[in-house]
Amino acid sequence: MTETFLGMPATAPAGVGNLRGDEPFPVAARRALADAQLRRNLRHATGTIRAKSAAVIGEVPDWPELRAAGRAIKSDTMARLPELLEQLEAAVTAAGGTVHWAADAVEANRIVTDLIRAAGADRVMKVKSMATQEIGLNEALEAAGITPVETDLAELIVQLGRDRPSHILVPAIHRNRAEIREVFLREMPGVDPALSDEPAALAAAARRHLRETFLSTRVAVSGANFAVAETGTLAVVESEGNGRMCLTLPETLITVMGIEKVVPSWDDLAVFLQLLPRASTGERMNPYTSMWTGVTPGDGPQAFHLVLLDNGRSAVLADEVGRQALHCIRCSACLNVCPVYERTGGHAYGSVYPGPIGAVLSPQLTGVEENASLPYASSLCGACFDACPVMIDIPSVLVHLRARHVAERRAAHRTPSAEAVAMAAAAYTMDHPRLYAAAQRAAGLGRLAGRALPPPLNGWTASRDVPAAPPQTFRQWWAERRSES
Amino acid sequence: MRIALFVTCLADTLFPEAAKATVRLLERLGHQVVFPADQTCCGQMHINTGYPDDALRLVRRHVQAFAPYDVVVAPSGSCVGSVRHQHAAVARRAGDERLASRAEQVARHTYELSELLIDVLGVTDVGAYYPHRVTYHPTCHSLRMLRVGDRPLRLLREVRGLDLVELPDAEQCCGFGGTFAVKNADTSTAMLADKMRHVLATRADVCTAGDASCLMHIGGGLSRLRAGVRTVHLAEILASTEPVPAGGSTSEGGPVRAPDREARR
Repeated sequence: MTETFLGMPATAPAGVGNLRGDEPFPVAARRALADAQLRRNLRHATGTIRAKSAAVIGEVPDWPELRAAGRAIKSDTMARLPELLEQLEAAVTAAGGTVHWAADAVEANRIVTDLIRAAGADRVMKVKSMATQEIGLNEALEAAGITPVETDLAELIVQLGRDRPSHILVPAIHRNRAEIREVFLREMPGVDPALSDEPAALAAAARRHLRETFLSTRVAVSGANFAVAETGTLAVVESEGNGRMCLTLPETLITVMGIEKVVPSWDDLAVFLQLLPRASTGERMNPYTSMWTGVTPGDGPQAFHLVLLDNGRSAVLADEVGRQALHCIRCSACLNVCPVYERTGGHAYGSVYPGPIGAVLSPQLTGVEENASLPYASSLCGACFDACPVMIDIPSVLVHLRARHVAERRAAHRTPSAEAVAMAAAAYTMDHPRLYAAAQRAAGLGRLAGRALPPPLNGWTASRDVPAAPPQTFRQWWAERRSES
Repeated sequence: MRIALFVTCLADTLFPEAAKATVRLLERLGHQVVFPADQTCCGQMHINTGYPDDALRLVRRHVQAFAPYDVVVAPSGSCVGSVRHQHAAVARRAGDERLASRAEQVARHTYELSELLIDVLGVTDVGAYYPHRVTYHPTCHSLRMLRVGDRPLRLLREVRGLDLVELPDAEQCCGFGGTFAVKNADTSTAMLADKMRHVLATRADVCTAGDASCLMHIGGGLSRLRAGVRTVHLAEILASTEPVPAGGSTSEGGPVRAPDREARR
């Protein structure tokens, strides 16, 4: 066992990876909302997944108990994360694997690049992985002269289209099949020019394209859905079988895994393998669940490296309210039920982690100030909390992060924001009933005809009328009524 | 039963008809309504916008105002949700454990209107008459924070003359979300547009809900479209009765009358 000091909890460094957007959510959302094709694609796709998932969840009589178990296991895991990670490291090492600790994206990218170079490869195939998207591994590899090939169908579509993923599970959810056909015709070498937009034809074209890669590439890079501490077993859950090709065919396998993915035991894994497929793809059982423990002589990759990635996770763990975001098993159920995500899509969130979970995870990984608009990108409707298979109370974390943002802003600036001044004044007024009643009456008298309020309230009057002021407030009516009787 | 009215700042200031209707309804059912005058606002806007420290004084005020009462009712799922799920946390965050436990005590006795009627008063037929085509929007906080379930629908089904039509995609948020409607006005409006589309598809005359805030949002959008559909708070529908032949004041919304003040004594 190596003793590695991870340092004081640091946030994910800027300038590397894909956790920060170029513009605030409202600005990016405005552009997305104007894209009628995007709105149609998202409405259709999220609606389909929602219905499918709800149907198969409805079949499970003990779903609430399973969710509670999932939450309990994750809480326990986070409470003793260092111990479990060291147990995992020992088990992986004993099984013939090599464990690397990466404090952040820069370190992880360097470790993976060095390992690929050491294996003498200039091309790697990739299993769909959020962790490697998070750290911008593809960009780092390309800068080092190594070609990464995405093998997940949707990731391939995104990569060929020089696009960005917009969903955790369905990275090309923002594209319909006609758009995918266009990408293939434009970017896929040797593709049949008569390619139709039938899903089976598109899948077959990708299959032909990828088969050559599977058979000729000696190094693969994957993420991990779970790692069992007691045996050092890694698990990848996917629907296509392309992941399994990558995990079994190459000589060298490199897995980049966020440190929160560890689970204590196989019994715990059983809970998540029941929760994940029903919550994510609406399947009863996951189609391809690949598990491996270190290296098996004569079978599968003969060199295995596990890169344990922090990249801000210890900082998340340090926040008592926010740390539950680390419980996420990347099922995307919260994205699929979110009325905001359904309309803006994933790109508006800037980070590879979009939707409600992204709005609580990304700002914690980077520091709230660097993703300050995300905690506000929610109406707090609570659909995400209901859908989450491990019961992450996303609305409460959003509210908590808003308070953190306000407090951090207050600490960093000498002059309070206009909003802070207004909020303090409102709280003061509302804590003095006479003042409050006077303010109510003034609101009634002072109301201009309600079609155009000044900023910031013009956001309201852009699309909605302001209600007409009533002739008297309730408390005036009550007082009058009492004096009459 | 003696019931304290938690009017909510929004109903008090902008939608007093919803609060008056709550009073009339409960009095018609034979209960005594009291209005603790020290109440102002529950502080939810402050809490949800990131200002729990400013909300603390409002939580304290709310707890002091309502602690003396055994039963508290509000015509709002959202404000009751804040009392039940946020007040104690705000107090605890500020290190005031005593206030937190008092807030929990108040929360245990605080009900949203449909909860009070069905769970506490045990009534689903409140004797209302409302001859209109109505669709019901379940507000997010009543649905997912309070779990009122079908209580409002059970109450509406007993209203004479009322033609209740189901709202498509009813459980999706209308896009209000407090300051969300201003900070993310474009996304909020996109959500509102879909909600209005569904409301209009029902061909209802009236869209009702248990929260004045969401109704202000939906109603503000429908009014801008001149869509000819009104938003009316659930309490106003439940307070409406058949016209009485002579005397009596007319409540908001057409041919519907509230009973005489004398009749309530």
